[in-house]
Amino acid sequence: MAQFFQVLLSGLSTGSIYALAAIGFVLVWQTAQTVNFAQGEFVMLPAFFVLAGVHVLGLPLWGALLLGLAASVFVLGFLFKRMIVEPMSKSTGLPLIIATMALSILLKESAKQFYAAEAQPFPSLFPQSTFNVAGAVFSIQDVLNLLVSLAVVVALTLFLDRTKTGRSMQATAQNPGVAEILGIDIKRMTLYTFLINATLAALASFLISPIYLAKFSSGESLGLIAFIAAIVGGFNQIRGALAGGLLIGVLDNLTATYVTAQYRAAVPLVLLVIIILFRPEGLLGTSEGRKV
Amino acid sequence: MKHFNMFKHTTLALSLIAASSVAAMADDTVKLPCVCEMSGPGAVSGSNFHDGAAIAVKEINAAGGILGKKIEMETYDTQSDPQVSRALVQKAIDSGAYAILGTVYSGSTMVNMMVAQQAGVPQFTGAEAPGITQKDNNYIFRTAAGSQKGVPALTSYFKDTLKAAKVAVAWVNNDFGKGGHDVFLAEMKKVGVSVVADVPSEQGQADFAADVSKIKQAGADAVFVYLNEEESARFLKEVKKQGVTAPLVGEVTLTGQKVIDLSDGTAEGALAHVGLATSSPDPKIVDFVQKFKTTYNRDTDHNGIKGYIAVYAIKYATELVGKLDREAMTAKLHGLTLDVAKYPGMILTTGWDDKGELARESFMTQVKGGKQVVIGTVPAN
Repeated sequence: MAQFFQVLLSGLSTGSIYALAAIGFVLVWQTAQTVNFAQGEFVMLPAFFVLAGVHVLGLPLWGALLLGLAASVFVLGFLFKRMIVEPMSKSTGLPLIIATMALSILLKESAKQFYAAEAQPFPSLFPQSTFNVAGAVFSIQDVLNLLVSLAVVVALTLFLDRTKTGRSMQATAQNPGVAEILGIDIKRMTLYTFLINATLAALASFLISPIYLAKFSSGESLGLIAFIAAIVGGFNQIRGALAGGLLIGVLDNLTATYVTAQYRAAVPLVLLVIIILFRPEGLLGTSEGRKV
Repeated sequence: MKHFNMFKHTTLALSLIAASSVAAMADDTVKLPCVCEMSGPGAVSGSNFHDGAAIAVKEINAAGGILGKKIEMETYDTQSDPQVSRALVQKAIDSGAYAILGTVYSGSTMVNMMVAQQAGVPQFTGAEAPGITQKDNNYIFRTAAGSQKGVPALTSYFKDTLKAAKVAVAWVNNDFGKGGHDVFLAEMKKVGVSVVADVPSEQGQADFAADVSKIKQAGADAVFVYLNEEESARFLKEVKKQGVTAPLVGEVTLTGQKVIDLSDGTAEGALAHVGLATSSPDPKIVDFVQKFKTTYNRDTDHNGIKGYIAVYAIKYATELVGKLDREAMTAKLHGLTLDVAKYPGMILTTGWDDKGELARESFMTQVKGGKQVVIGTVPAN
């Protein structure tokens, strides 16, 4: 039983970070009707902003985190929307999807070229200390990663459902034409969505990099897992992305512990195929109407 | 008319091929392209191998080159992808390679070495999977002993020094990992040590909670860790978190400086057998490590030494033959031992058997105070 709790909490902790990245897919899909294939690199890059702040500018960790957050919001939110999404908004989805693929390569190669090709250690935001519950050893880091991620998702949901700005963002996502007639500044609402996506990506980066390490190529697998999580949970629902992320994190660990460690990587893909075949809208997704 | 055009095109193509071959032969340089993992998961190993080779090239060129000809080392980045590496080995051969340096990843080498073999171009690999020298390929030469030679060096350590009756093995599920894993299981069976947990992991895996938990539950007396650098660091962090106290023993990577740097202090006390140790007090190794640091402003791992000696091995073997002849150099290297007293570029006395397998003194190391420390030597076998 101790082993079960051990791998369950660890899976939830890792899965919650996947969920933050997966929500990014949902947000961009809602506002730009495209799949951002650079989402994994959006999670990779903020860690390098922080490392540059610490090692190049000599900032303390908290200062570097603030710098990393600000740089991420500007580059991955504002510039991404202005320089890539807006110029292509009039065309069909495919050019924008290809543009995000190109962006993914650009971000990856830039991190490699301007920082390092080698993995870098990333300081942990939380204490490394552990505690024992019924024979299972948990770290404060695991618990706080899970709590922070869940808190962020709850706060985002409340913001979107309970505030005027949030509801305006939803209206813009559902029907930009009607939202504009109702007097909503749709450009601003769309920008907010991209800024929120960049913030979530930065947060995911700060939480996962102490475990995953900061490496230019780390976005490849992160992006793939987050993409699968978003599809499994439901590509048009934030709660779906959360459920998908947690499910994949837990399933990965339970499979490795009780079924097979050798084929653990295949499990999310098998799940993806099953979901696409039997419930293409995802576990918590809806087949109609879009909601941010 | 159609036939005439085809004839014209074929003639033109053949003329171009002939012209390029003549150009390659007439070159005043010795082309030693480095087909290395400059990006992707193998970037650490590949970059160090490449940079170590580049130091050797610079030194040899400054001293007059090989038989009076300068070495030209072009870089081909495999992106740590076996299929890309295969295409690049072909490209390097087409460019007139005298010998190929790399690749370091076993998975890539297994795929691309056949291309060099078919073209009759000697290849100096940093890879350590046992299968590489078991495929009747006369043109492959190791720069570090295969794991079928490295892992057995640990058998007596597990049985006699640690007195382990039950061991666990954590290994990465790729060619490198499978090779070491299979040899380790065979060795443990031979000496009657039972393997109570056999845990494969994926390359790039982030969460090692399940792996470590299985090892912990199995109650092993010692753990054999056979993972790549980044996975080793993540594994060590999880081991510390879950409070596993059994000794951790690895082969090559576990006590490497990169693992120590990435593992945030959790590598302390880990042990490993290494074919080459940058922490060795051997003056020639100390000198190389310092040279690398001065040149690149960073530390190297053992892969830097592999790249360095690969270039020197080519130089010495070619000079022993007395001409730039791939076939003759290949034949010369089989069964050759280059004594470091006479051939200082080899750093340690090194020999190759008729399959290109390498024999050289090796080391037992431990992480102490955040550094890899040599705690013993293992004679060449």
